[in-house]
Amino acid sequence: MTFALALEQLLNGLQLGVMLFLMAAGLTLIFGVMGLINLAHGSLYMVGAFACATVAAWTGSFWLGLIASLACAAAAGAIVELLVIRRLYDRDHLDQVLATFALILIFSEGTRWMFGSFPLYLDIPPLLQGAVALPGGTQYPLYRLAIIAAGAVVAFALYLLISRTRLGIRIRAGESDREMIGALGVDIRTLYTVVFALGAALAGFAGAMVGALQSVQVGMGEPVLILAFVVIVIGGIGSIKGALLGALLVGVIDTMGRFLLPKVFVLFVPPSQAGMIGGALASMLIYIVMALILAVKPRGLFPPAHA
Amino acid sequence: MVEPVLEITNLVKSFGALRATDGVTLDLRPGEIHALIGPNGAGKSTLIHQICGTVRQDSGTIHFAGQDIGSLGVAERAQRGLGRTFQVSSLAHEFSALRNVMLAVQARQGSSFRFFKPALLDRSLTDPAMAVLDRVGLAERARIPAYELSHGERRQLEIAIALALGSKAFLLDEPMAGMGPDGSKTLTGFLDRLRQEAPILLVEHDMDAVFALADRISVLVYGRIIATGGVEDIRRDPAVRSAYLGDHD
Amino acid sequence: MSRETVVNLILAVLLLAVPLLANAVGQPFYITLATRIAILALAATGLNLALGLGGLVSFGHAAFFGIGGYAAGILATHGFSGDPLIFGLSGTNLMPVIWLVAAVTAGLAGLAIGAISLRTSGVYFIMITLAFAQMVYYFAVSWPAYGGEDGLSILVRNQFPGVNSMRPLSFFLICYVVLLVSIGLFALIRASRFGSALQAARQNPVRVATVGIRPFRIRLTAFAISAMMTGLAGALFADLNRFVSPSMLSWHMSGELIVLIILGGTGRLFGPLAGAALYVIIEYALGGITERWQFFLGLILLGVVLFARGGLLGFVTGKARHG
Repeated sequence: MTFALALEQLLNGLQLGVMLFLMAAGLTLIFGVMGLINLAHGSLYMVGAFACATVAAWTGSFWLGLIASLACAAAAGAIVELLVIRRLYDRDHLDQVLATFALILIFSEGTRWMFGSFPLYLDIPPLLQGAVALPGGTQYPLYRLAIIAAGAVVAFALYLLISRTRLGIRIRAGESDREMIGALGVDIRTLYTVVFALGAALAGFAGAMVGALQSVQVGMGEPVLILAFVVIVIGGIGSIKGALLGALLVGVIDTMGRFLLPKVFVLFVPPSQAGMIGGALASMLIYIVMALILAVKPRGLFPPAHA
Repeated sequence: MVEPVLEITNLVKSFGALRATDGVTLDLRPGEIHALIGPNGAGKSTLIHQICGTVRQDSGTIHFAGQDIGSLGVAERAQRGLGRTFQVSSLAHEFSALRNVMLAVQARQGSSFRFFKPALLDRSLTDPAMAVLDRVGLAERARIPAYELSHGERRQLEIAIALALGSKAFLLDEPMAGMGPDGSKTLTGFLDRLRQEAPILLVEHDMDAVFALADRISVLVYGRIIATGGVEDIRRDPAVRSAYLGDHD
Repeated sequence: MSRETVVNLILAVLLLAVPLLANAVGQPFYITLATRIAILALAATGLNLALGLGGLVSFGHAAFFGIGGYAAGILATHGFSGDPLIFGLSGTNLMPVIWLVAAVTAGLAGLAIGAISLRTSGVYFIMITLAFAQMVYYFAVSWPAYGGEDGLSILVRNQFPGVNSMRPLSFFLICYVVLLVSIGLFALIRASRFGSALQAARQNPVRVATVGIRPFRIRLTAFAISAMMTGLAGALFADLNRFVSPSMLSWHMSGELIVLIILGGTGRLFGPLAGAALYVIIEYALGGITERWQFFLGLILLGVVLFARGGLLGFVTGKARHG
């Protein structure tokens, strides 16, 4: 029974980690290639979720919604890049923070304007409804397993994209030397737009997937965004490998902490207090882990060599 | 023999497969100007960085004023009297020349944690700072922000800062770079007198200045010192001629 | 007198004149608005020490603002109920004591957060300060003893000896004086030896280390002082609203504090006040027209960042950045 419960929580942690990776990969790619800190990444996550929920409601198909989420988030990313972001590349981080903070206000209020203040709901597609029996006897939702699988596929695809394709070569060149990539005759402005749209599409995809687990509402991207920041700080900003490892670490530690800490404190203090102390500590756990990692490695686990 | 002020022994630093510093041994004696020359990429900058503490050596020792400073940070080495100037001017660019020097004066006094007294009204800061600016010929430009100073003036200001620190040794990284002929001449005269105050390790490409000033010269090639000696010895040294001087003349 | 000094004086006089006038004509709402401006300006002045002078882009100052607020709320709650707080100490409803506790607690938090965050720089620093503030936020949400998510009410506004703090104008004057004293303190620090080292560390940390001053210590001290000032503002904010909630700790609050500074003009003495006034007026004016005022606030902010980099004071005095 306890083993089955722990396994279930571990899978939940993996699922959270995989979603965080989709967010963190875009953030870290955008920072690595363009040197930009993008607070509005959570808004693109939200755009993906809203696009999916809306299209799924119109057509009755989750899958069309999923495609729409990719398309809309990528399009929103490209438009924002063309209109605003490209003016920020040679600005300092303070300006980038402010401008993208302004974008959050615009996205959030704009979405509220279009969709109202009530959350939308997105159903899990029939194909992925139901549950799978886990060793130990509990049932685990098929959809969550599918999310883990989808995340793994995307991570692998991203790896192939960056290590095997022309676009990947350009991205890697852009990370190590912006002047050189210009000298190679690559149209750097187009590359930047493409990278930004790619990051946006990953965020939108994550938003759509999670949208079927939670409600789709304004502000849903912000807690995820901040967790994704923790992920890339732990992993080393600019490193995709670091983002993957950091995301899984954060996902599993956060979930297991919430599950285990109250149980640990029961051994020392009365149950009512154990829940309170354990719960409060669990909510702080990943930040404590982050602080510990930074105390040893201030630039994260996989700091980019050139930075 | 006099005790050297700065003594570097068997310093080694590698970056991956590249040995940027390959067993360098070097000393700086009281009252002398010791010039360090070598072709581009010889490892002069890496060596300077290790002496100042911005890069940590892999092995070897650095002694300064009788102490092992090899594991100290940049600020701690500066506090012990190691004054340096930069190849590319490194100043607080928004501050006036005066405030740049005042920063060094307050650092020397060890008094940066005073919160209420306006620094510019504090004679114990402004007087020594003005005196130093006067020495390097910048007194008239004291109120000008560093970013408005000319290239030559910034170099003078860097030296003023090192002077204000009351340095026990100066580490001057290409002070002549980008100076016109007049400027170089003035600076040469100034450095000539400066050695009385504290010895100078001079990294310089301007051979006229080096031959005019140096008491001793060390030649660094591919991270190794291939020769150390007086000006005439170095001029005549065949290894130096082939490795370095031959390329230039 | 420079143009900026004139503008500063006008700002200070206006902030005092409006509530006096509002009081005379019986419009207490405008007094509250002015009090809000003064308190937000105080919080941003604190942040301006770290951000404007030290170049430390803290995206986590809401933590200190909220800690100050909770210090006020918790002390007041215990003072009201009579339950001892810790070590047998009781709460209090005396503002000076509350301010001291708020500032010291926020300062200690600043030391702890700064000690870790200041090991890094640039974008790491931004994200880490954000993350730590978020940690404090989640702690406040999940700790039920002081209201958790619902927040904590202060039933009666705290007292200042000899002043009836329940009167809106009196409370405004308290905040106004605290603000002016803090701006004065900011000016002194900026001109002092410490201020020199701090500003030099922003312009060129290598230079500072090369003269023998360790930038880390200077920055950490500045960060803690900055946290104290913002914490003090938090205590006043709690008394203004007679309510503390995790929203004071939220990352939107951190963002807003930065926005105030940028709207007013980074590193300028009265930048935070100019920014806070502009922000509250925009909020009030736009909020009167449309429920979606944040949308337009976003557009305005984007415009300021992209096209008017010196902020309001930069615009008025015709200089992009304070030198």
